[in-house]
Amino acid sequence: MNRLRRLNAKKVIITIIMFAIGLLFLMPFIWMLSASLKAETNVFSYPIEWIPSDWKWDNYRRVWFGEQPFILYYWNSIKVTVLTTLLSVTVSAMAAYGFSKIHFKGRNALFLIVLATFLIPAQAILVPQFMMYRVLNLFDTHLGLILLNSFSVLGTFLLRQFFSSIQDDYIDAAKMDGASHFTIFYKVVVPMMIPAISTYAILRFIWTWNDYQGPLIFLRSDHLSTIQLAIERFSTSSGELYSLIMAGSVSAILPLIIIFIIGQKYVIEGIARGGVKG
Amino acid sequence: MAENEATTAYQSNTHKQQLGRFKSTKFKENFAGYMFVAPMLIGTTVLIIIPIFIALAVSFTDWVFISGFQSANFVGLENFKTMAQDAPFIQSVVNNIWLILAVPLTMALSLVLAVVINKNVYFKGFFKVIYFMPYISSIVAIAIVFQLLFHPSYGPINEFLMSIGIDNPPKWLADSDWALVSVIIITVWTSIGFNLIIYLAGLQNIPADLYEAAEMDGASAWVKFKNITVPMLSPTTFFLLITGIIYSFKSFELIVVLTEGGPGYSTSVIVYYLYEQAFENLKSGYASAIAITLLGMLLVITAIQWIGQKKWVNY
Repeated sequence: MNRLRRLNAKKVIITIIMFAIGLLFLMPFIWMLSASLKAETNVFSYPIEWIPSDWKWDNYRRVWFGEQPFILYYWNSIKVTVLTTLLSVTVSAMAAYGFSKIHFKGRNALFLIVLATFLIPAQAILVPQFMMYRVLNLFDTHLGLILLNSFSVLGTFLLRQFFSSIQDDYIDAAKMDGASHFTIFYKVVVPMMIPAISTYAILRFIWTWNDYQGPLIFLRSDHLSTIQLAIERFSTSSGELYSLIMAGSVSAILPLIIIFIIGQKYVIEGIARGGVKG
Repeated sequence: MAENEATTAYQSNTHKQQLGRFKSTKFKENFAGYMFVAPMLIGTTVLIIIPIFIALAVSFTDWVFISGFQSANFVGLENFKTMAQDAPFIQSVVNNIWLILAVPLTMALSLVLAVVINKNVYFKGFFKVIYFMPYISSIVAIAIVFQLLFHPSYGPINEFLMSIGIDNPPKWLADSDWALVSVIIITVWTSIGFNLIIYLAGLQNIPADLYEAAEMDGASAWVKFKNITVPMLSPTTFFLLITGIIYSFKSFELIVVLTEGGPGYSTSVIVYYLYEQAFENLKSGYASAIAITLLGMLLVITAIQWIGQKKWVNY
């Protein structure tokens, strides 16, 4: 009994230490949030004023309804992110099914080719992509941006890991009933794999929402800008208005933090699974 | 369970029937397979594979983007020779090598955190979430907030260092000797979450009886860590190392927003320099030669790791 109590005390102490280390990970976010609600003159006051003495909700109004059309940028981000997620999940789920459950000629070789493209840094092919986009009239369009992020090796790989765990019996049984692969895919496999598909959808949403490089290279018109591009331009052009820059940054990451906290179980399990079995 | 048995019985009944239709089934199977992977394959071919070949072709020319492709000349290996003499490019390669250091550093810290969190804390789920937060946040927002935190004269980090008696704290991003260190610190901070999650998953796969046997022999926590945890996690470590190094060559967004490669070229990396050559100096030919060199380097590094893994990874 005594021993048990001592062990628990040890666990409590370690929990407290780990929480202190965890604060290092949270502090930049808390600082950002707190600075976004302060008067400009208090942003850098030291010792740090974690809770603003004078709450400036007005900072958010100035960012959102100021000179920059933030609502439009936000809408652009939502549009691009949602459509990319839908397209990418469809493409990846289909490919994952083909690569895990259909025995066709050349399957392994084709999968290896797809997998090998993971090695290629996106920046290495920016010049040719840029040329192609100009020729195909995809430059400076949302469609171009959506296509750019919709063919994901990681998505295909991750979903294939999950799909491989489905027993072939289910698929063979459905085939005996005369079902085509298409029917099996959307009546058997997709419903079974909703958690896996949600995992990838959340990840793709987060990655696309955060994408800065795509819009930076492939968009030019201001009215097409996504939130990441807009925040960066806003921070360069607003010079010393740090409280407003922080309010903009909080606005850019808040939707993600909410989605992450709601879906954290899926995200963390998905990452763990996709990684370890690789 | 019952469902599975029923399936098996059903299968053997229809087995003969299936054999008769084997040929047309085979054709259908192939056709269905190609239909399902076609969107992914077409997308990958158009957006990745064809561009690689274009980059390869362009890398042998002196093409400058604004002048149209007709005016480009074939220059053979000229771009590659220029690269070998180009001081900012060489500096970018060296910086990339320093950035690789962040990978083992992140992995070591994540491993320790994972081992501690795995068994010794309450609220395990809560810790996973907070350590993972930087990973899901936008790099743009992270870069902007760190510019302020690292501000040389009134940033909270230096205010803190001065308050504990360090009179001349580094100027971080503004100082060419410290800028790359700052980039490494931020990189470690953002990637610990991912490594931690993967290590935690790896720890779940180590059979508990290994530890029980070691405890019966009176092994200390350190001995158990060194002789069981580390070797059993070696496939995970290999995965994290290989993907971590590939990712370290891809770190572009952080550099663009945080430092634009500066001060000087002190934080420029290959992909940043490539971007600058391609989209600011419009030297498409030269930028493509850099791209091809980068691809070659990644191939070699990955190949070395695959060969090396046989020596230290236990499967």
